[in-house]
Amino acid sequence: MPTFVRTDKCDGCKGQDKTACMYICPHDLMKLDKDGSETGHAMRAFNQEPEQCWECYSCIKICPQQAIECRAYADIVPMGGSVQPLRGTDSIMWTIKFRNGNMKRFKFPIRTTPEGSIDPYSGKAEADIAKIGEAGFFNLGGVQKPGDPSELIRK
Amino acid sequence: MAGEFGNPEVIEEEVDILIIGGGMAACGAAYELGPWLDAAKKQGVDIKVKLVDKAAMDRSGAVAQGLSAINTYIGTEQDPADYARMVSNDLMGITRDDLAYDLGRHVDDSVHLFEEWGLPIWKQPGDEGKSLSDGGKPVRSGKWQIMINGESYKWIVAEAAKKVLGTDRIQERIFIVKLVNDKNDPGRVAGAVGFSVREDEVHVYKFKACLLVAGGCVNIFRPRSVGEGTGRAWYPVWNSGSTYAMAAEAGAEMTMMENRFVPARFKDGYGPVGAWFLLFKAKATNAFGEVYMETNKEMLNDYPPYGQAAVPASCLRNHLMMKEMREGRGPIYMDTPTALAKLAETMTPKEIKHLEAEAWEDFLDMCIGQAGVWAGENIEPEKTPSELMPTEPYLLGSHSGCCGIWVSGPTDVGAPDSWNWGYRSMTTINGLFTAGDGVGASGHKFSSGSHAEGRLCAKAMVQYVMDNKDLKPELEDSVEDLVAEIYQPVKTYLEFKDYSTAIDINPNYITPKMLQFRLQKIMDEYCAGVATMYQTNEHMLNVCEHKLGMLKEDALKMRAKDLHELLRAWENYHRILTAEAHMKHIQFRQESRYPGFYYRMDKNFVDEENWKCFVNSTYDRKSKEWSCKKVEHVDLVDKSKLFK
Ligand SMILES: Cc1cc2nc3c(=O)[nH]c(=O)nc-3n(C[C@H](O)[C@H](O)[C@H](O)COP(=O)(O)OP(=O)(O)OC[C@H]3O[C@@H](n4cnc5c(N)ncnc54)[C@H](O)[C@@H]3O)c2cc1C
Ligand code: SF4
Ligand code: SF4
Repeated sequence: MPTFVRTDKCDGCKGQDKTACMYICPHDLMKLDKDGSETGHAMRAFNQEPEQCWECYSCIKICPQQAIECRAYADIVPMGGSVQPLRGTDSIMWTIKFRNGNMKRFKFPIRTTPEGSIDPYSGKAEADIAKIGEAGFFNLGGVQKPGDPSELIRK
Repeated sequence: MAGEFGNPEVIEEEVDILIIGGGMAACGAAYELGPWLDAAKKQGVDIKVKLVDKAAMDRSGAVAQGLSAINTYIGTEQDPADYARMVSNDLMGITRDDLAYDLGRHVDDSVHLFEEWGLPIWKQPGDEGKSLSDGGKPVRSGKWQIMINGESYKWIVAEAAKKVLGTDRIQERIFIVKLVNDKNDPGRVAGAVGFSVREDEVHVYKFKACLLVAGGCVNIFRPRSVGEGTGRAWYPVWNSGSTYAMAAEAGAEMTMMENRFVPARFKDGYGPVGAWFLLFKAKATNAFGEVYMETNKEMLNDYPPYGQAAVPASCLRNHLMMKEMREGRGPIYMDTPTALAKLAETMTPKEIKHLEAEAWEDFLDMCIGQAGVWAGENIEPEKTPSELMPTEPYLLGSHSGCCGIWVSGPTDVGAPDSWNWGYRSMTTINGLFTAGDGVGASGHKFSSGSHAEGRLCAKAMVQYVMDNKDLKPELEDSVEDLVAEIYQPVKTYLEFKDYSTAIDINPNYITPKMLQFRLQKIMDEYCAGVATMYQTNEHMLNVCEHKLGMLKEDALKMRAKDLHELLRAWENYHRILTAEAHMKHIQFRQESRYPGFYYRMDKNFVDEENWKCFVNSTYDRKSKEWSCKKVEHVDLVDKSKLFK
């Protein structure tokens, strides 16, 4: 399902330096057509290599205008279906439309803490430099599961 | 002064530790680094770190779209030795027990952190709200897997890593092209060169230590789709073998590059089947409804002992399926209606609705394209079974595969002395470390294990830098030469673009896209791709080698008409080297170690007596030749327990 951008919704991320979709696409596919020379639509983004799209939906989920959608791979999938998310801060809602018109809606949690709230080392021990050559992580001072020593047959 | 196309600005930077990649392993390394850097500082050693990623860490790597399960969680029920045994059997006996065992005893802490940071992990009834570290019981979909609501998995893990490093120590949209060895010591790595995909800049880094964690490799084989659908590989299309190619070029010893992964997945969308098999207890059948895992089960006896474990190796499960396909009893189906009907017998309508949502979530969390296929084809799993299909082959070291780099292991688990040389996860090149998909001869680490392995590297790298305080890295090549090499495809384009009227058809250059097609055609037809139902032989491999040789020469004539195409050009260069390593290893190993993943038809058997060994290789950057050798395999845990 390569992504496509709706001309009526995309605002080119208001002419900012970096558009959200260009920022996020792991495969460098989304591109802003500043002057319209590539698509005929100035200040709109487009997928510059649709046959390389993994349908990861990263661009769709991040677009502030909900301007990006997916059209199932034309060489594989019959026309008419669609799968569209709306990602919030703690959950994501999915609307699935089948070719025959049936619909399904699902809502799943995505996160139990507020975005940006991670406090990486709060309540954790400091690293003990004397143990740097031994097994184990800094916060545990050793390994999580030492294991039954008799299992190691060459030791 | 920003550069211009064809004349990039050159930015040089010296750090102590460079992390290449921003995936699970890189995020793990970033997290573990923090406190060790503080500790080192207290000893008077101030360590400078930088992380570079070709994409944005929030959604880079294999976990970009999310996952629906954490596949490695040992929990209270199992011992690290059980884990090492499972890894070994699934990979046909040839894995490093030291690495697997070490991972098994470390991995759970990373999972506990994910939960603390906000990743929703499913719990058994009664334990909702109780964290794993407080003894909460997870919902297991298999012996090692736990279920999650994982849409934002990568986002969460990256948030922690980014917080630790801070924006100054992270550079996104930098594609690293090659490592540079030390001028005074070819057995040491001293730098890396890459370019920005956004600005006309070449970046040259010098360092004491480097963590190379740029994932595995996809798209070296022709995909089953031909048009728009070629982007829908099972493995994320953006991991292009950079880890293997760059390590090999730097002289690092590679291991088990003959191994590959051919997942059997829902056809076309390549959606996950694990939850269907494990959670919903669905069965796979041929077109006549026969369960081939039962009707063909005597075939498992051809591969003792690996076929006789309670869970036979992944490749052997494919092997049984492929018999049905070869003998014309396809399509192969996942019988979803029977499975759901059976579950419904004991469930309330509300529970069934919940179950249906879980089945869809499995796709929506990690393979949305499969939901698109079902929507477009009007597939409702309670009514219609879905086709299964083995994919094109991929190379990776952290999922159900074990190709990668030979690394130094832990010293306290009884491994032979030759398996460790000082720093955990250091390759045979001083200063070069790897984790996740980069580490060979282990496998089944998955997302959590890759994170944990990255953490092990962080510690070892700090130790290495402290031990080598006075080391002054010096690059073997001049910066001018490196810049010229990286921007050669741009130069080629600018020089010849006006020779013909159609910019893609020009005898002076090849587009990265066509080069990729050529690579895929060669590998598919001669190196056991889907075209030959994963079969090859010595003669086909020789043809493959010859054609790859010419392809490698032509790679120097790739053009790049913009920075996006420069990215594609170097990705494909990495793919060619990875493909070549794969081919050379299959050629060297005189047996078919992974039936169902590939068949050497001239040696169509597993030869335990002569080939129960690692195959390791090295690449000579100057002569461009590979050399392979056998390395003895040793068990550190008793494997016979699997077969009782
Ligand atoms: C389809 C699929 C499904 C999976 N399902 C599960 C599951 O259900 N549960 C589970 O636990 N695990 C699962 N895994 C496994 C898990 O995703 C991997 O084990 C893990 O992501 C590997 O970590 P890594 O850091 O080695 O690679 P990745 O996480 O893939 O990271 C690679 C990084 O390198 C960067 N990069 C690549 N090349 C370059 C370069 N040249 N220069 C700079 N940066 C570069 C990429 O942008 C990325 O940041 C799945 C994997 C796949 C492919
Ligand atoms: S993120 Fe959305 S609004 Fe912004 S440029 Fe992309 S498509 Fe347009
Ligand atoms: S769906 Fe993923 S791969 Fe496709 S354009 Fe969007 S971000 Fe890129």
